[in-house]
Amino acid sequence: MSKLFYDTELKNPLMLGTAQYPSPSILADAFKMSGAGVATVSLRRESGADRAGQEFWQLIKDLNVPVLPNTAGCYTVKEAVTTAHMAREVFGTPWIKLEIIGHTDTLQPDVYGLVEGARILSEEGFQVFPYTTEDMVVAERLLEVGCEVLMPWGAPIGSGLGLNNEHGLRMLRAHFPDVPLVVDAGIGLPSQAAHAMELGYDAILLNTAVAKAGDPPLMAKAFADAICAGKAAYDADPMEPRDMAEPSTPVIGKAFL
Amino acid sequence: MTIVLNGEKVDIKAASLIDALVELGYQDAKIATALNEEFVPETLRATIVLNDGDRLEILAPMQGG
Repeated sequence: MSKLFYDTELKNPLMLGTAQYPSPSILADAFKMSGAGVATVSLRRESGADRAGQEFWQLIKDLNVPVLPNTAGCYTVKEAVTTAHMAREVFGTPWIKLEIIGHTDTLQPDVYGLVEGARILSEEGFQVFPYTTEDMVVAERLLEVGCEVLMPWGAPIGSGLGLNNEHGLRMLRAHFPDVPLVVDAGIGLPSQAAHAMELGYDAILLNTAVAKAGDPPLMAKAFADAICAGKAAYDADPMEPRDMAEPSTPVIGKAFL
Repeated sequence: MTIVLNGEKVDIKAASLIDALVELGYQDAKIATALNEEFVPETLRATIVLNDGDRLEILAPMQGG
């Protein structure tokens, strides 16, 4: 059975970003072909005469999927909390993907600021989706301050490296069996997304791997199919691997020749 | 007066935040505002008096990952 993300059941466990597409129509096609269950969005300065944000907002509304605003680019708790307030007003949702960056090269989350920011926002009624690492202690702290979803990274944002620490992700799944877990960031290929779902993760959040593909809508569909297959495989309870061979064809009844 | 709008200096005539947004062409736009690094909810815009040198941020929906 699918877990609820706060009070919402996703129609599809693919959370798809909306940045870096070659054009707005290709972005829309990627959502249509994949049936992605969530669209991640952001806030940026609205200047000049073109009012790009207004057109983008219309495009997002037409997708008819829940939006998950982020605090991308924030390096301090104050910046992130203020951005979250602004996002709640603009997008009309209590959901916030809380990103507080701690390192410019790796875009690794500042987990100390993350816990503090999550505490403040949870107390203010936000439903926080924290972009975190696979660190178990940080995960516990995030749950203690009110998070009901955890989003550990697979690998650095935009790297496409996949699951850098499969063991850590497995431990997180095993330790928090009832918490919705999302691999957020670092996924480059559908097989990596399927792998995360086979580990028992509940959703995958990605952007660059689709937007920077030669055919983004087709890649989005490939991810959706892979995520669906990975989830079915986990639900089907995979066999345990063995070191030695075991014949699959029955030995009994074999002819003496 | 001169304020700093999204990092750029602009001269405006309006004295309140809500009037400044109209003067700057943001009426009916899907935006959020922050003044001097503090969020200003839409419901409070009419109560905010602007001062010379204020830093106003106007944010709108944008692509994100």
